[in-house]
Amino acid sequence: MKKQFRLATLLVALGALMLTLSGCGKSLSQQDVLQNDRKANTITWGVKADTKLFGLMDVRDNQIKGFDVDMAKHITRHILGKKGKAKFIQVTSQSRIPLLKNGNIDAIIATMTITPQREKVVSFSNSYFDAGQSLLVPNGSKIKNVSDLNKSGTTVLGVVGANSVQNIKKFAPKARVLELQDYAQALTSLKAGQGVALTTDNGILYGMAVQNPGFKVVGGTFTREPYGVAVNKGQKPFTNEVNKAIKEMEADGEYNQLIKKWFGNVPGFNYKELER
Amino acid sequence: MITILSDHWQELLTGLGWTLLSSVLALIFSLIIGSLFAIMEVTESKVARTIARIYIEIFRNIPLLVITSFFYLVIPMYVVKVNGFTAGTIGLTIYTSAFIAETVRSGIQSVDPGQMEGARANGLTFWQAMSNVILPQAFRLVIPPLGNQFVNLVKNSSVLAFVAGFDLMYQANNIASITFDTINSYMVVGVLYLIITMPISYYMRYLEKRLA
Amino acid sequence: MKSFIDAYSWINLRYLLEGLWITVEVSVASVILSFILGSFLGIIRYTKIKYVSAIVGFIIDLIRNLPLLLIIFFTYFGLPNFGFKPEIIPATILAMTIFESTMLAEIIRSGIQAVPNGQMEGARANGLTYWQAMFQIILPQAYKKMIPALVSQFISLIKDTSLATIIVLPDLTYHAQIIYGQNANYIIPMFLALAVMYFIVCYGLSVLANYIDRRLA
Repeated sequence: MKKQFRLATLLVALGALMLTLSGCGKSLSQQDVLQNDRKANTITWGVKADTKLFGLMDVRDNQIKGFDVDMAKHITRHILGKKGKAKFIQVTSQSRIPLLKNGNIDAIIATMTITPQREKVVSFSNSYFDAGQSLLVPNGSKIKNVSDLNKSGTTVLGVVGANSVQNIKKFAPKARVLELQDYAQALTSLKAGQGVALTTDNGILYGMAVQNPGFKVVGGTFTREPYGVAVNKGQKPFTNEVNKAIKEMEADGEYNQLIKKWFGNVPGFNYKELER
Repeated sequence: MITILSDHWQELLTGLGWTLLSSVLALIFSLIIGSLFAIMEVTESKVARTIARIYIEIFRNIPLLVITSFFYLVIPMYVVKVNGFTAGTIGLTIYTSAFIAETVRSGIQSVDPGQMEGARANGLTFWQAMSNVILPQAFRLVIPPLGNQFVNLVKNSSVLAFVAGFDLMYQANNIASITFDTINSYMVVGVLYLIITMPISYYMRYLEKRLA
Repeated sequence: MKSFIDAYSWINLRYLLEGLWITVEVSVASVILSFILGSFLGIIRYTKIKYVSAIVGFIIDLIRNLPLLLIIFFTYFGLPNFGFKPEIIPATILAMTIFESTMLAEIIRSGIQAVPNGQMEGARANGLTYWQAMFQIILPQAYKKMIPALVSQFISLIKDTSLATIIVLPDLTYHAQIIYGQNANYIIPMFLALAVMYFIVCYGLSVLANYIDRRLA
């Protein structure tokens, strides 16, 4: 009797395991995120920690700093009031969508472009930043724009899960694309000569160029990459609140202040164009 | 799972190929290097023994990821260009050779010392005796642990994903980020890994039982 | 030379040590949990309970033969489908525990097998139940014999925590990446620091184990 019971428990556990692994499990994101966040007085954001100007870990105080992080703090304050807390979880381009779908985070604000493919799995707020894809190359590189990359034998570096990797495959189909884990790894790989150029959105690249005088951004922007806050499907009230917050920030000048704070001193970058 | 398999079988096959190639190359080279250090450990020369000891202890106590990233990021910056696949395979080789050295050494030491003395008495040099008499016997004893090292190699080769080495795990990451179907993408490559590793590890267990 | 001195500024060193602390924390928790779970699984597999041992054995073999990276992904991205949403550190501990306990289970099973049969028979003849004999007589002897194998598995565990950088575990490896990601001149000093810190922890553990092994022998 006892043995049979043990066997039954085991089989149930095994079945449950298979169920999880095959992804048949029910999504957690059925609850109303906005209500939960109001109750907890906290919004949990997924942010980058390796991307200068947007979300970069400051080694001195272990805080993530950047435009995305500040936007998240302001949006939180607009939605929850002055005492609302923003909690940050570090994500990569690869991990952000699974974490959102799983409910580990309430929203993604991590240099994420609004694209039709992604809109099939998540909902986006209105755009909160207008980026465009560009190239980072070493000073003295012969590469002037994206068409210079379209040769067999050229290697371009990108990041797993980034939209820019899909784009470059369209713009330079002959180039080989290497996808690294995150921007810190991709940049170090560029320095190590693992590729001739690193491609992603101009804002991120300018951030890298500021830190690394041996490198420059070339070729202008060859795509439009509007960044949006991603939330789970079916969270309309939350999305609406985010949109309202962005609009309020644009109206009262908070938005332009943040743009100036983060992009005002970036050489080669006209922050006035970004102001709204 | 089926849709991922049918839509992305080409990438998966490529990944499988690179994973196997890397594992096989690393096995061959780490066997050579590992045996060399194992022999050094049983020679009479104190210098040789110390060098072998240092090599083994260093590479057994540093993560594979650190060794691999070193070859991918640092070596190209200062020495010579190495791509992700090569860097990964070199990392795997060095890391595994330290473990194989230990395995082979215990194999050598379990061969009756009288054999070496006998071979030497019959006029063979140390190296002749080692390669003709001792090593063949030692290898027979260590085949199961070496087989298990190969299973470890296949599993550990997933570290190539960190350095864009085109292996199965790298392809899985890319497929997952295109399809947004994370769990099923990793399920598929999980099954592919098991197809390689399970038969080997069962066969080695069978051999172990037979030898015991 | 200057880049070495700059790289080892107090701020950077402190940041590395914070990473090392996470590595140690995650490792210690995983070692303890996987030792308990691994012993349990090893005993089940050894004892040959009808069906149960076979099924447990098969699951152990499945997990053992998968790359740890996949186990990490399944735990972090897959478990939430169950209603369980671990944060990064607990998720890593869980993944390490699941993976390492299956590795330990095999070590422990063969350790128990190596204890002479007469021990069990003698204990049973003296009136102990099977489980009393297992826990009081067999296991302590088995563990004593297994110390070297157990410790080298624990060392693997410590090294393997570095793989969790893929889900942004803020461990030693990740913190070093952050530092050299911001300044490429620091890359050699950071790799040197990684090698030294991991070596001290792992080698230190094996020296300690040798000492204990010799004391017990």
